Amino acid sequence: MEIRRNQERNIAVEVKDLKYTYSKGLPYEKEALVSVNLLVFEGEAIGVLGHTGSGKSTLIQHLNGILMPDSGEVKIFGEKINNDKKFLKNLRKIVGIVFQFPEDELFAETVYEDVSFGPKNLGLTKEEIDERVLTSLIEVGLNESYLTRSPFSLSGGEKRRVAIASILSMRPKILVLDEPTSGLDPLGREEILKLIKRLKNDKKVTIILVSHSMEDVLSLVDRVYILNKGKVVFGGDTVSIFKDKDSIEKFDLSIPEIFMLGEELKKEGFNIEEPFRDVEIAKKEIIRNLK
Amino acid sequence: MIGKDSLVIGQYFPGNGLLYSLDPRNKILSFLFLMIIIFFYKSLFSFIPIFLLVLSFIIISKIPIKSILKGLKPILILLIITLFFHFFFTPGETIFKIFFLKLTKEGLNKGIFIGSRLIILIMISSLLTFTTSPLELTKGLEFLSLPLEKLKFPSTEIIMMITIALRFIPVLVEEADRIIVAQVSRGASFDEGNLIKRAKSLIPILVPLFVSSFRRAEELAIAMEVRCFQPGKKRTYMKRLTWKKIDTIFIIFIIIFGSLFLFVK
Amino acid sequence: MIELKNVSFSYYLPEKVDVIKNINLIVNKGEFLVIIGRNGSGKSTLGRLISFILEPTEGEIIIDDKKPKIDIDYIDIRKKIGMVFQNPDNQIVSQIVEEDIAFGLENLNYSEEEIENKIDEVINEVNLAEYRKFPPNFLSGGQRQKLAIAGILVMEPQYLVLDEPTSLLDPKGRKDVIELIKRLNKEGITIILITHRMEEAVLGDRVLVLNEGEIFLEGKPEEVFKEVEKIRSVGLSPPVFTYLSYLIKKENINIDIKLWKLEEIKKEILQLKLKI
Repeated sequence: MEIRRNQERNIAVEVKDLKYTYSKGLPYEKEALVSVNLLVFEGEAIGVLGHTGSGKSTLIQHLNGILMPDSGEVKIFGEKINNDKKFLKNLRKIVGIVFQFPEDELFAETVYEDVSFGPKNLGLTKEEIDERVLTSLIEVGLNESYLTRSPFSLSGGEKRRVAIASILSMRPKILVLDEPTSGLDPLGREEILKLIKRLKNDKKVTIILVSHSMEDVLSLVDRVYILNKGKVVFGGDTVSIFKDKDSIEKFDLSIPEIFMLGEELKKEGFNIEEPFRDVEIAKKEIIRNLK
Repeated sequence: MIGKDSLVIGQYFPGNGLLYSLDPRNKILSFLFLMIIIFFYKSLFSFIPIFLLVLSFIIISKIPIKSILKGLKPILILLIITLFFHFFFTPGETIFKIFFLKLTKEGLNKGIFIGSRLIILIMISSLLTFTTSPLELTKGLEFLSLPLEKLKFPSTEIIMMITIALRFIPVLVEEADRIIVAQVSRGASFDEGNLIKRAKSLIPILVPLFVSSFRRAEELAIAMEVRCFQPGKKRTYMKRLTWKKIDTIFIIFIIIFGSLFLFVK
Repeated sequence: MIELKNVSFSYYLPEKVDVIKNINLIVNKGEFLVIIGRNGSGKSTLGRLISFILEPTEGEIIIDDKKPKIDIDYIDIRKKIGMVFQNPDNQIVSQIVEEDIAFGLENLNYSEEEIENKIDEVINEVNLAEYRKFPPNFLSGGQRQKLAIAGILVMEPQYLVLDEPTSLLDPKGRKDVIELIKRLNKEGITIILITHRMEEAVLGDRVLVLNEGEIFLEGKPEEVFKEVEKIRSVGLSPPVFTYLSYLIKKENINIDIKLWKLEEIKKEILQLKLKI
């Protein structure tokens, strides 16, 4: 699992030998993270795959200082995360987290108020806040007319987008997303995935996608880590991991069928240049071979 | 943050021993009896055997002394205020004087008497909650309150409410934790500014919590209806409590022991 | 059989919101019916109408040739039609697994002995026997949902409506719950599954596509999912290989649009290459 440190690229997130135990000293203490090591370069998109109970949520909460390691360290752009109040305030400017079912966090009377909550806490001027609020709403596919509406009057999909906008308005350099498509219908899911792709490609945001959806991970990320019972048990670039069928199945994950189709066709002599990460790529490759 | 390492309601400590194997109805009745009877004691000396009895129960149940002391902490202020008022404001023979406050002999006696009673009361109720899980307590109360149904007291509904509340406390704590974590991640803080500002800073926690609690309550109500729950209607109960011989022995012993020292002067 | 005749459901905000518009539907005894639709299409409401949690504002619902009235026949209906919801935590009432299963029977005044027997049957059906005395929070999400199902099964319903039961579960939990549902259907329980997961939709005998409160498409999965453009127009998407075949066909390659399985579509594509 050695990842070559690319000298030209900045390391956005570095987690070294992270250990964390809940309820220390009490009879029901639980070691959530046994030893986690991972590396994220600036501008890339990585996936952390794991089931409930693998330690995913605990790991996420270490990335913006909500939890502090029992041992080991977490470095963001080279700086070690510590308890200093000022440091943490700044840290949350850089690392934004979209938790699962982010619409549960909505609380304000208007969409404007909710989306501006983050930037306001960062101490920005009104002009900056207004600009960011509008920009993030547009980024998620909504528009100005939503500003004065109550978040509670919106549909499920709209709520989710407002919630994501309220994190984007903080303009984080690193965006962590926990099961971002959970509970969405197929087209809703496609839109969120497109949004994440845009953020990565156009806005150069470093993306950490934490999910148990193999399809989401396959279509979005460059590299994947598998988290199991508090340890990183597998790490590598997305495509090569999926080729290791035995390991994947050992961890109760499944390889998306579209990917398998690509591998099978390759075995039968098809000229496959790009692995089938999603349906569009599959179509492109198949057409190329048939024409 | 708060959730995972959080509250153990009633501070129940799983364990073995006499007190753990008693029927919760027995424990509720016996301890209630003790707590009431010591209000009729007239002498400080009566408290000594009761104190020793409760102490021995605590020891055989292997409850750490630290936890008992922790349980006394909340009422420490009350205790101090009570003692203060009795020591210095009871008329009588002055033993000690500081500024204009007179400590009287009667006050000293009275203060110690009332203080000791308070401490023993807390010890008895702690003993109950340490050795009886919230579930057992609810079941015990449920069965004890059944006769009240005949008097049109809505005990089924109340017990149902308590059971559900107990069942959902950990869920709500976890949810509050989730929401706090999310809002802190958006830069929220709850300890800055004056009192008003701090109160306002709780809105991003309270509103989502309320909203989700209402939704949860509605879903749960429908789920219960789907399973034919009808408030007010007679229903059977899965028998979980068994009153054993040891329970009868225990309660008779408590009644006799408690009554013995009523007459000590 | 459950029959919905010209059923509509609206509520007043005060403006009138029509959630279900004039639906006619027959659910046959023993079938596995899947209802799909985007969020907001009305599928949850339709589920609640079928299971008699809601009464239609217009039209009538007939169950096994009877026209029950919610307030009079409530218990009889509840014994016939059970409903399971998305969030297992909001269905579990008790702090011990076996007691939660008993809840429904306690409400129906079954004797303690009968309750014990029925729990024995059901707890094995859902594979939770080893957790009988545990508190529900010891169980995984999938197991808790199975517990919720057990609590309904114990009342021996003939029809079971499930509203997005796997939506909040991880892949393993989903698999467990779907396996259970398939088994129950084989044992004769009529299943009405509401979902937006296409891999679940293909399991049905019949699929109903709902859009804005109306039935948009209806038929066997093979028939319904062939209509790729229609399905995408209402916010859904067919299973991945069906969609792939549609995209390939659009490029003027002669491939059938159908519910392809991996092996089948692979062979088909290889065949097409040979023909070139």
